[in-house]
Amino acid sequence: MSATAPSSEPLVQVEGLHTYYGKSHILHGVTLEVGRGEVVGLIGRNGVGKSTTLKTIMGLVNARQGEIRLEGSSITHEAPHRLARRGIGYVPEDRRIFRLLTVMENLRTGFDREGVTESRKKMLLDKVFAYFPVLAERRDQAGGTLSGGEQQMLAIARAMMLEPKIILLDEPTEGLMPRMVSQIHQIIDALHKEGVAILLVEQNVPLTLEASQRIYIMEKGMVRHHCATSEITVNDPLIKQYLGV
Amino acid sequence: MLTVRFGGLAALNQVNFEVQRGEIRAIIGPNGAGKSTFFNCLTGVLRPTAGKIYFNGEDITGLSSDRVSQKGIARSYQITNIMPNATALENVRVAAQSRRHSWNMVRHCMSFQDLVEKAEQALDKVGLLAKANELASNLSHGEQRNLEIGIALATEPTLLCLDEPTAGMSAAETHETMALVRRIAKDFTILIVEHDMPLVMELASRITVLNYGAVLADGPPAEIQKNPRVQEAYLKT
Amino acid sequence: MNTIISFIQNIPLDLLLIQTVNGIVTGMILALVASGLTLIFGIMDVVNFAHGELFMLGAYVGVVVFALTGNFWIALILATMIVAILGAAMQILTLRPLIGRDPLTTILATFGISLILQNYVLWQFGPVARKISEPITTHFNLFYLEYPWYRLVIAGLSAALIGLFWVFLKQSKFGVWIRATTQDRVMAQAMGIPVPWVYTGVFAIGAALAAASGVLFAPMAGVTHTMGLDWVLKAFIVVVVGGMGSLGGSIAAAIFISLLEAYAAIWVSPAQAVIVSFIVLILTLLFRPTGLFVPTPK
Repeated sequence: MSATAPSSEPLVQVEGLHTYYGKSHILHGVTLEVGRGEVVGLIGRNGVGKSTTLKTIMGLVNARQGEIRLEGSSITHEAPHRLARRGIGYVPEDRRIFRLLTVMENLRTGFDREGVTESRKKMLLDKVFAYFPVLAERRDQAGGTLSGGEQQMLAIARAMMLEPKIILLDEPTEGLMPRMVSQIHQIIDALHKEGVAILLVEQNVPLTLEASQRIYIMEKGMVRHHCATSEITVNDPLIKQYLGV
Repeated sequence: MLTVRFGGLAALNQVNFEVQRGEIRAIIGPNGAGKSTFFNCLTGVLRPTAGKIYFNGEDITGLSSDRVSQKGIARSYQITNIMPNATALENVRVAAQSRRHSWNMVRHCMSFQDLVEKAEQALDKVGLLAKANELASNLSHGEQRNLEIGIALATEPTLLCLDEPTAGMSAAETHETMALVRRIAKDFTILIVEHDMPLVMELASRITVLNYGAVLADGPPAEIQKNPRVQEAYLKT
Repeated sequence: MNTIISFIQNIPLDLLLIQTVNGIVTGMILALVASGLTLIFGIMDVVNFAHGELFMLGAYVGVVVFALTGNFWIALILATMIVAILGAAMQILTLRPLIGRDPLTTILATFGISLILQNYVLWQFGPVARKISEPITTHFNLFYLEYPWYRLVIAGLSAALIGLFWVFLKQSKFGVWIRATTQDRVMAQAMGIPVPWVYTGVFAIGAALAAASGVLFAPMAGVTHTMGLDWVLKAFIVVVVGGMGSLGGSIAAAIFISLLEAYAAIWVSPAQAVIVSFIVLILTLLFRPTGLFVPTPK
């Protein structure tokens, strides 16, 4: 199957990634790429290594073999805090907002960077509060007091504060009500319009097919299939094979 | 009927479950369905908030895990739980020893011949007899996972609970483990939690699907595959 | 019942008040020392056995600067800054390479450093106690005692330093970085916070607090190479009783324990009064192991 080729050199390239947890061989040679401004979905059943792929890209887990490139230069063993500053935002599976910090302080960890002027900070905050009015209401509340859905929004907003080129989104809709799921869909669309690339790991297949331009399907630590989302539907036998029962 | 509540959220909500002797029963379900919670209740790690568990006609609800083990339920874990600084044989021998009480403090542990034999038999069943004297930490990942099964076998269980036995294995290792489970299946009743669908479909005689803490479907593999609600749960359509 | 009433009636009120003042003074210094220790533990899980030596080193650097300049306040400021830099160097050279390893290795490393520092100082300065004269020598009348103003200055300054530090933690950018890293080291990194440098910074701050306490305390007793030992032990007790990693808890615990000891010293000798701290420690570990002053036991 041919994937729609990105118009320029891909933003993020992952080649032959092997990751272990101790002796457990989780990624058996993952290869994928995300173009500038593209929304790419990564789907597969539980335990196939989707989250591990994101964590390895972000440098939170060590790649034993293989290469990761950001805008052409190798970032395979780069420290996570440097990657964040180079433009990779990470929104983990369990949100992991700083529970004892206020909403404002959570956001601050993202925009308190060098080279960010006061006016730019204000602009970023205004933007994020426009996306997520609820966060504006709760700006002085401790992160731990927010509901699950609000924490998810805070986690995404926090990553947006980094003004990233790409956001690694790990199962953003897990445990959320359907109404919130469509809100997440809207946010992904809005980010896409702004030119932010997204690597979206999800178990919600319909959402992923609608929100992404291309998808990769993983099984047992490897990419088994990839194609444009225009070429596949939920009822495709491939989907049943790799995600269903 | 089993109910487990964590705070206000029911991790397992009125789950009814029955296993017949000699079955290979697979428990599957999407993220957070309650599979681990179920296993934890069964093996005494967690106490159910409501409901009862009967094993061989006996009420074992709320028994501690060591008592549950003595009753004949053995479990292998998702994250490998072996003793890395002991040999494969020693790992298994200690498990075998749990079934036999001795106050003798003078005899060398290896002189209990019957225990050593039982351990060797268990190792043989999981194909690790050749590596009996190898340090467990030196075994490959797949071999360590199989050792974990061997440890469970050495306690001579009636019910063997396997928690994601093929996690982190390559395709080849998965295949081997599958063959292993089929081999030992005739001697035990097996409960297996797995994500690997092809494996589950081939191995299981019956499948129970959990979703959001409740039983979604229950039946032979062919039936489960055709069940639209199961597909829905997995694909979130 | 009567014996208890007469016992209470017999406690001299003025002695009680004097001991209260003494207790608070010691408590504030202890709080300053313990703050650094609990901060270091809270953020990077390092049990810093060299903390008492940073206190001692601060006092000695203070001695040197004081001898050169004759000014107590310059000694205080310079000693704090110099030991902060030394603390940072210590962390970079010996503790950074140990990150991720068995926590026992950091305990051994810091313990080794404490031995090196003690013996270095002994070699350089000899066993005779050094002195820094207090900057304020006036007294006031506290009941029948001529109580030195300087002691109150110590308490006030310690409180001010702790207060400053608290504000720094809550408001400044680095303070937010410290708090974020303490809560979730991994996500802090994912947000671009340079965690290895946060660790170094925290260690330097902890060293600075210890050094400042050392200089403040120096005029009250002599400066010797073993002066850190008493304080580090008490500081550890305070950190445990106050809840490991809890700044507010350490401060409360420091004052609490110091007051109890001061009151006990009314009836027994000060050396024996120390037993009180150990009793508090044991009771805390038995009944509220997460800390006496930590709001919800987890």
